[in-house]
Amino acid sequence: MKLIFEKSVPGQSSVSLPESDIGKIKIDQLLPKSKIRKELDLPSVNETDLVRHYTELSQRNFGVDQGFYPLGSCTMKYSPKVNEEMASLTGFTQIHPLSDDVDVQGALQLYYELEEFLKEITGFTAVSLQPAAGAHGEATGVMLMKAYFEDRSEKRTKILIPEAAHGTNPASSALCGFETVTIKSNSQGEVNLDDLKKNMNRETVGLMLTNPNTLGLFEKNIKKICQIVHHQGGLVYCDGANMNSMLGVTRPGDQGFDLIQLNLHKSFSTPHGGGGPGSGPVGVNKKLVPYLPVPRVKKNGNLYCRDYNHEKSIGKVKTFMGNFGVMVKAYTYIRALGGKGLKRAGQNSVLNANYLMKKLKPYFDLAFDKTCMHECVFSDKKQQLYGVTTLDIAKRLLDYGYHAPTIYFPMIVHGAIMIEPTETESKRTLDEFVEVMIKIANECRTKPELVKTAPHKMLVTRVDEVAAARNPNLKWEE
Amino acid sequence: MDFVPATNKEEKEMFTTIGINRIDQLFAGIAKEHRLKRELNLPAGLSEIELKREIESMAGKNRIYQTSFRGAGAYRHFIPSVVKHLVMRSEFYTAYTPYQAERSQGMLQSIYEYQTMICRLTGMDLANASMYDGASALAEAALMATRITEKKQVLLSSAVHPEYQATVKTYCHANDVKVVDLPFKTGTTDLKELKTLLNDNVGGVIIQNPNFFGSFEEIKEIAQLVHQIGAILIINVVEPTSLALIKSPGEQGADIVVGDGQSFGLPLNFGGPYIGFMATKTEYIRRIPGRLVGMTKDTQGRRAFVLTLQSREQHIRREKATSNICTNSALCALTVLVYLSTLGPKLRKVAELSMAKTHYLAKKLAKLPGIRLINSQNFYNEFVIRVKNSQTVLKKLRNQGIEGGVDLGNYYSQLKNHLLFCVTELNTKEEMDKIIKILN
Repeated sequence: MKLIFEKSVPGQSSVSLPESDIGKIKIDQLLPKSKIRKELDLPSVNETDLVRHYTELSQRNFGVDQGFYPLGSCTMKYSPKVNEEMASLTGFTQIHPLSDDVDVQGALQLYYELEEFLKEITGFTAVSLQPAAGAHGEATGVMLMKAYFEDRSEKRTKILIPEAAHGTNPASSALCGFETVTIKSNSQGEVNLDDLKKNMNRETVGLMLTNPNTLGLFEKNIKKICQIVHHQGGLVYCDGANMNSMLGVTRPGDQGFDLIQLNLHKSFSTPHGGGGPGSGPVGVNKKLVPYLPVPRVKKNGNLYCRDYNHEKSIGKVKTFMGNFGVMVKAYTYIRALGGKGLKRAGQNSVLNANYLMKKLKPYFDLAFDKTCMHECVFSDKKQQLYGVTTLDIAKRLLDYGYHAPTIYFPMIVHGAIMIEPTETESKRTLDEFVEVMIKIANECRTKPELVKTAPHKMLVTRVDEVAAARNPNLKWEE
Repeated sequence: MDFVPATNKEEKEMFTTIGINRIDQLFAGIAKEHRLKRELNLPAGLSEIELKREIESMAGKNRIYQTSFRGAGAYRHFIPSVVKHLVMRSEFYTAYTPYQAERSQGMLQSIYEYQTMICRLTGMDLANASMYDGASALAEAALMATRITEKKQVLLSSAVHPEYQATVKTYCHANDVKVVDLPFKTGTTDLKELKTLLNDNVGGVIIQNPNFFGSFEEIKEIAQLVHQIGAILIINVVEPTSLALIKSPGEQGADIVVGDGQSFGLPLNFGGPYIGFMATKTEYIRRIPGRLVGMTKDTQGRRAFVLTLQSREQHIRREKATSNICTNSALCALTVLVYLSTLGPKLRKVAELSMAKTHYLAKKLAKLPGIRLINSQNFYNEFVIRVKNSQTVLKKLRNQGIEGGVDLGNYYSQLKNHLLFCVTELNTKEEMDKIIKILN
């Protein structure tokens, strides 16, 4: 397909702008010629072609609205349309972030109440909505941990991270100058307590732990884990990427964690937008409240206001108040579901995952054969007998109209196939998916070449990633 | 409403398949003491009618100004209808990051086109797929400069947007990078001070253009000074429509260009979501954080797009990655792309209208008694005036339904009773004449 630049015809345009109402504009009287740009190399496209170009691009893409998207760890649930409509209200879209507090009482109320809701859902003392995504929330969380120890004049340089963790965990820690120490998993796929004890000491700020973990398993020793870390004065960070399965069932704040980041674009149905924008609030217990980013929103009587006056705050991690438009969607979702609805969402995400796990178990090798939370992890062990790998299976699924699961993660499972159905998929959808997976398992045995060369029905076949990296072509040049 | 399709009957069937009788049995692995024994204390769920009523009333509590002169990092520009219609196609917004290239060619191609647009506007060799916002992009650029030069000190102009300064300082503190403030003099970065502060320990210098006060900085001259000591020059662009009019930062010697793309089709949205952009030179291709999309071929030789050079990123390189960023601002990048495709070369007219109108208002205001224009240099679409009492001025305008400029006393102790005004193509002569009348 052609690029927008290849559709450019000088003289065409998709916009009409008014003439100047202050007389003829003479820019060279306002700006020395030496500073003025000579040419502006942007495409000239008529509106019909413009609309067709981006409509065609959309058709070359795939979202939850087109079909099942069992991408593990990403919680690709259906995003209710009402979310989008509420976030598009002009009362929200047309207000300036530096407007006076009295002019934005509705926005500040929403902000304040969303923080209150998330406190209740997670069991923490305070929440900051400022971070823009999960990894941004993680980095903010690690900065809070750093500030906590600095305030106590304790020099701690290391952080513990289980080997099954999301890559963002060690990367966020490195962003804050900490040395990562990897903690082993035990035979059950959970944190190895002996390894944790061995490595947790007074040089270590604490542990970053995903719960339920990236194998979709709830860390049943969570109490002991927290005790071990707290005993050495450390803090336990919860990567809340998998919060969906805990909604209304259990709260990380009650499990012993000291802080968490949430991903509103996962658990709270604001869509992923093809890779963002998201929102990654952090929740903290009492110890960490003084260090939260500013401004904090306060309620004085009936008036909401922004408060910048927090001496120990880490400062700001982004401009203004965070991704407000995303917050409106999460707020809408929580108000639609209420406490009961959230619990049902959490429970049914676990029900769907266990149902899929049970149905697929005879055909694919299950990494850990026990009740899972929101997702289950298989591998390509059985299919490797026929020379077929996880990547091939993923690509073959595309041919059948599904998005692929998360693959090759977590790294502790060789050839991992991580499936997260979410609660918004019907039993019929799950049954159809199971049938297709069985069909593919059969193809691996009978027609392995067909699977190894998949996809066959996409607009492109497998793309040459090696060539892309060897000779990077990152922009169009005529 | 809970958007869970399973019926009671289906749930029972699923229980049977799994081998349980009650849903609770799936949570047996969670210790009893950790299970919530009550319902979450949240407002009861709502029907769609009630929900809309409730949230529309909250939106209604916010005051929308038909006439506003407030900018300072969030700009009101015209957004053609076609932009939102295309961006809101759910094949885009309900998708995840395009890891499965064969099924995500649409998003991948859009990012490639976006990267190209950013390169052309900034005059740089390559751009990434986006960052969260301008401030976090600037902070990442500061860290990138220290990694390239292996020098843990940056100079930060005090004429950079104060919220960006704060963000840079938060990130740098966490990374043990020293930030030295570079003062301004009569509204632009003080070059004498720059000369004094530049030394062998400095890895990066951060300048905003146009700066927070709307003035253009002497980028070429600054670049020469910075490069003499082998440091990296980072140019921050908070109002990117300016790029349509002025020589690109690349042409003037920038090594890294970052900024916020909000002006390109994104509504104010009370501060977000916006989009950070980042561009640099080819030699730093392996040092740039964030995703990159490259053009390549499929097995049949057809043009195809794919995420590339991923060995820089967290999911591969973990603690050695160039950043922790994963989710970025993809849908906002698409918005920027569609906006720029819609405007095309006419983006220059947006810039010209904004700048000319700004100068119209500044000139007229400067003639009023008790008001002094502070900008001594060329300025774009923002300017600073000193008044007798900033709050009185803002209140007067407010009472007439006009949102005046930002009170700079909130940010700089030496700038009490200074107001930062912004004008764009959306402001009319009538509106400007009205505020001149009110303040006379």
